[in-house]
Amino acid sequence: MTSPQTQNARKVAGRAAVEVRMEGLSRRYGAVVALDGFDLTVQAGELVALLGPSGCGKTTTLRLLAGLEDADAGTITVGGSDVTGLPASKRDMGMVFQAYSLFPHMTVRQNVSFGLRLRRVGSAQRDRRALEMLELVGLSSQADRYPHQISGGQQQRVALARALAIEPQVLLLDEPLSALDAKVRAQLRDEIRRIQLDVGITTLFVTHDQEEALAIADRVGVMREGHIEQLAPPVDVYSRPSTSFVAEFVGLTNRLPGTVSGSTVTVRGRDLPLVDLSTPGGTVTALVRPEAVTLAPDSGGPASSGPLTGTVIASTFLGATSRVTVDLGDLTIMAQLSTADAAEHPAGSRVSLTIRPDPVLVSVDAPADVEA
Amino acid sequence: MAAVTSVGEAPLAAPAGRPRGMQAGRRKRLNAFRYVVFTLFAAFFLLPLLAMLRFSFEGSTLGTWSVAAWKQIVSYQGPPPLISSVEISLELGLLTSVVTLALLVPTMIWIRLRVQWISRAFEFLCLLPLTIPAIVLVVGLAPVYNKIRHYELSALMLFWAYVILALPYAYRALAAGLNAIDVKTLSEAARSLGARWFTVMFRVIAPNMWQAILNALLLSAALALGEFTIAYTLLYVNLQVELYSIDRNTPNASVIFSTSLAALLFAFVLLLIVSYAGRRRRRGMR
Repeated sequence: MTSPQTQNARKVAGRAAVEVRMEGLSRRYGAVVALDGFDLTVQAGELVALLGPSGCGKTTTLRLLAGLEDADAGTITVGGSDVTGLPASKRDMGMVFQAYSLFPHMTVRQNVSFGLRLRRVGSAQRDRRALEMLELVGLSSQADRYPHQISGGQQQRVALARALAIEPQVLLLDEPLSALDAKVRAQLRDEIRRIQLDVGITTLFVTHDQEEALAIADRVGVMREGHIEQLAPPVDVYSRPSTSFVAEFVGLTNRLPGTVSGSTVTVRGRDLPLVDLSTPGGTVTALVRPEAVTLAPDSGGPASSGPLTGTVIASTFLGATSRVTVDLGDLTIMAQLSTADAAEHPAGSRVSLTIRPDPVLVSVDAPADVEA
Repeated sequence: MAAVTSVGEAPLAAPAGRPRGMQAGRRKRLNAFRYVVFTLFAAFFLLPLLAMLRFSFEGSTLGTWSVAAWKQIVSYQGPPPLISSVEISLELGLLTSVVTLALLVPTMIWIRLRVQWISRAFEFLCLLPLTIPAIVLVVGLAPVYNKIRHYELSALMLFWAYVILALPYAYRALAAGLNAIDVKTLSEAARSLGARWFTVMFRVIAPNMWQAILNALLLSAALALGEFTIAYTLLYVNLQVELYSIDRNTPNASVIFSTSLAALLFAFVLLLIVSYAGRRRRRGMR
């Protein structure tokens, strides 16, 4: 059975989704290169999240697409037509900003219908559509309030309703959740995804929060220094990162010294399969996820001084899971365990470690003994 | 040594606050300080005004009471008649504030939105009249006004000079209003919804700085209503010049006080009305 909000979304999804293509986009700010020959194609109806550290060019990409800034080079096509030279007001894109962007002097209803008013839609139709959009985001009861009378999360929902009210070809989300507290953020994140799927609009979502990107997107593009390092579904980005930067940026990663020979890397006596079989032999840093590490109480037998035994020095409670830090003498390693399992290894206890033989990525550019 | 890439940790708990008793004591001392400062300043401003009021009712012999000085203002026949200079001053106040706002509001929003790099130079230009005494301005303006005089234009022509004088005050008021709102985000949101620059300026940014616009309007109007030096030295008659000539043409010493108070009251009541109207408009908006 479909929910009333889903039915409403079908009603408001006015037009067919379009493909967005960015080719060879470049943008400089003085000597700083924000984007350098950037290419990205977002399929019709797809949600792509651009993820990356500050200054990687993700917001610049969004602003170039929205027409809020001009590209130095490259082209942007939306649904097959070139929009590179069009001003923002003619691009037909809905945008939700990081900062609260509702017009303070207008009510919620007036905010949502502002774009329609500019398009000279009649007042009755405008009101009807504004209410439909507010129902879609669950805020029809707040229609006559002013932005300062509603919460931050509600303001961002109204901003989403306002962006969608004009039936844009593309929806752009510029870190819309970063000003909200954790609980509201998770709720609104799921809601944005639901609405995006219901309306079926092509969406580009920019965030620096890996959890957000992995939870919401069809594909995640991890950006670094003006280009995309990896563009893949969330599961692949997390479990099969294509570069050491992606591995380290997405999720927590242990950096362990190892030696490559053939199709495996040997880490403290354990052979682990390589993701990239073309890695040349020699000394490397293996990037091992904490959840690939399991712990067992050290029996005190002959293996107790082996390369994978150590002392628990800290345990961080994260809710359902806990992160346990083990000192191996010459380095520390983190393991992510269920909280019940972690409770069996209090700080000070001796443990032996097992590394699950998942394919691992190695980094040859950074020495393993550098603390990251 | 160790080799782990970690994400951010939870922030440390905030340090415990001070005991409530200490805060209450501090608040009391602060309040007492406020009352003392307020009383001192009120006395500083009000005592001369009260003295003026008393002297404006001074009779022909010392210590007696009389309304003669006030009657003299009301019965003054000119030339020109008092009512015409009241009119001129009102029109000058209106014209000055409207022209100042019409020049500054779009320019300042435009600079904030599009040409931020000239904002410093623009600020310098707007604040420049503060550093030039009115009498020095007159030296520069006199030849221009001498030419205008050939066309027998009214004292309303003073508004050109008053707009220059009002620039620094109006600029400061408007700049405070612009700083209080997120101009960049609001304008980008409006543009993404299809608004052109004109719509962004007048339907999105300007309505959100209504308080600042009202302040700029009040300051410009107050300046024009109270201006004496330029009008007098350029030989135009506004209310201030007229009150001065009433005082000069009478042997009654109390008239100087009644005319000064009348000028003050006139501006005060007018600004009160404008300010009240502005507040009603704002409340209506909310």
